[in-house]
Amino acid sequence: MNLNVAEIRKDFPILEREIRSGVVLTYLDSTATSQKPIAVIDSMNEYYRHSNANIHRGVHALAEEATAMYEGAREKIAQFINAGSARQVIYTRNTTESINLVAYSWARATLKSGDLVILTEMEHHSNLVPWHMLHAERGIELEFIPVTDNGLLDLEAYRMLLAKSPKLVSFTHMSNVLGTVNPAAEMIKLAHSAGAIVLVDGAQSVPHLKVDVQTLDADFYAFSAHKMCGPTGIGALYGRTSLLESMPPFLGGGDMIKEVKLRSFRPNSLPHKFEAGTPAIAEAVGFGAAVDYLSKIGMEKIAAHEHEITEYALERLEEIPGVKLFGPSADKKGGVAAFTLEGVHPHDVAQILDQDGIAVRAGHHCAQPLHEKFGIPATSRASFYLYNTKEEVDLLVNGIYKVKEMFK
Amino acid sequence: MDDLYREVIIEHYKNPAYRGKLDPHDISFADNNPLCGDHIQIDLRIDSGVVSDARFDGHGCAISQASADLLLESIIGKPLEEVKKLNKESVLELLGIDLGPVRLKCALLSLKVLKAGVYGLGEAGDELVE
Repeated sequence: MNLNVAEIRKDFPILEREIRSGVVLTYLDSTATSQKPIAVIDSMNEYYRHSNANIHRGVHALAEEATAMYEGAREKIAQFINAGSARQVIYTRNTTESINLVAYSWARATLKSGDLVILTEMEHHSNLVPWHMLHAERGIELEFIPVTDNGLLDLEAYRMLLAKSPKLVSFTHMSNVLGTVNPAAEMIKLAHSAGAIVLVDGAQSVPHLKVDVQTLDADFYAFSAHKMCGPTGIGALYGRTSLLESMPPFLGGGDMIKEVKLRSFRPNSLPHKFEAGTPAIAEAVGFGAAVDYLSKIGMEKIAAHEHEITEYALERLEEIPGVKLFGPSADKKGGVAAFTLEGVHPHDVAQILDQDGIAVRAGHHCAQPLHEKFGIPATSRASFYLYNTKEEVDLLVNGIYKVKEMFK
Repeated sequence: MDDLYREVIIEHYKNPAYRGKLDPHDISFADNNPLCGDHIQIDLRIDSGVVSDARFDGHGCAISQASADLLLESIIGKPLEEVKKLNKESVLELLGIDLGPVRLKCALLSLKVLKAGVYGLGEAGDELVE
């Protein structure tokens, strides 16, 4: 059964918005952030209208209710990625903070000068800079799995790097520029055989693919709500229980403690040990609603729909003289099409498309080293989600012809 | 839109009169727009306090490159003291368009680079175009 995209689009009121008079939005920027269905928006409004209170220590009815909603969402998120327990799901602000949590807590307690961390050339800045900072502070060594010309990781080179006994391998499950879906299970298995811990950046994979952290055997898995129909300001870090238990706390403050004396404290148990201060409660509720929304539709169906749109988009874009696409073929990637148009800067492409209400992103997409590798300063990027249609791809293609005409 | 991509902008982008480098030069400075990676280098020759020649090099969108070309065209023959007085409005006047906050950064990169070079600063900060 295919997705009923016409019905799905009705769940996203913003998709009907006129960007300017007579021009309806064509939203092709879900890789940056997805749009939000009514169910998610309503869940957060309802929380504030009906249940708002601070969580955990309150005994009054609202505090109980808010706590149940906050923790209930955690259960849903845990199930969504098939975590063994909700205690293994730590709320953070976003994927970036999840990665930083591992860098500040696990890595600073574990890594010494000279210890090796393996990253890849296709990482988002959020999985580069925390390790650059640790390199500067601690003298850890960094190595990078190279990206091949067709946008895949060079696994032969990876095997050779593993021979240097890394302590950590950290990589993106799905590239936000190339769209490449990396063979995470295989890479994790290889890393474990080499004795390394593995952190996976799942910012792009969890919204688009069925992710099972236990089958993958990931040690840490980071993702954000806002790319998967949820609100901004909340994300999650999944971790192996033994690792999370052995790690020192991240931020100190209320809620992350079991007991505080004037000169000492005892940290709380999981997952609260890593959640200091009043968290984003309404956002957690919205995160739970987003997971419900996606689960109801079915991740396999969503992935299949995106594949169909992506295949069509790559085919149509390829036909345009002067367009150069980056990344592997549709069977090896998610719903992302990064491209350049000969003679026209990506910003100009995006700006002219915007006049027709077509929202694409232009720039280095927080992956500057990857763009350097391909010898280009920037790309334009169209990305697709469950609500996108082939008609929207056609609008994009017509728009690009318009750009060409203008710069003729 | 037709405004934003006025013919004069496309023309200066595609056929810039002042693209290149000056060797020797009296002043040379380069910087990036960190948001989008636009890059501009400006070389100047100065005779008795007056800009006698200028070139820019780099890459970026039509707005950033056309504004660099228009800017250099406007300062050749002008005293440095006048160049120091240029601001955001001067560039917008040259372009003849209004810009939103994102594209304004593209348009103003060349002026920032120019003024940082003229003042001998290490960085092309936003305060230079206020």
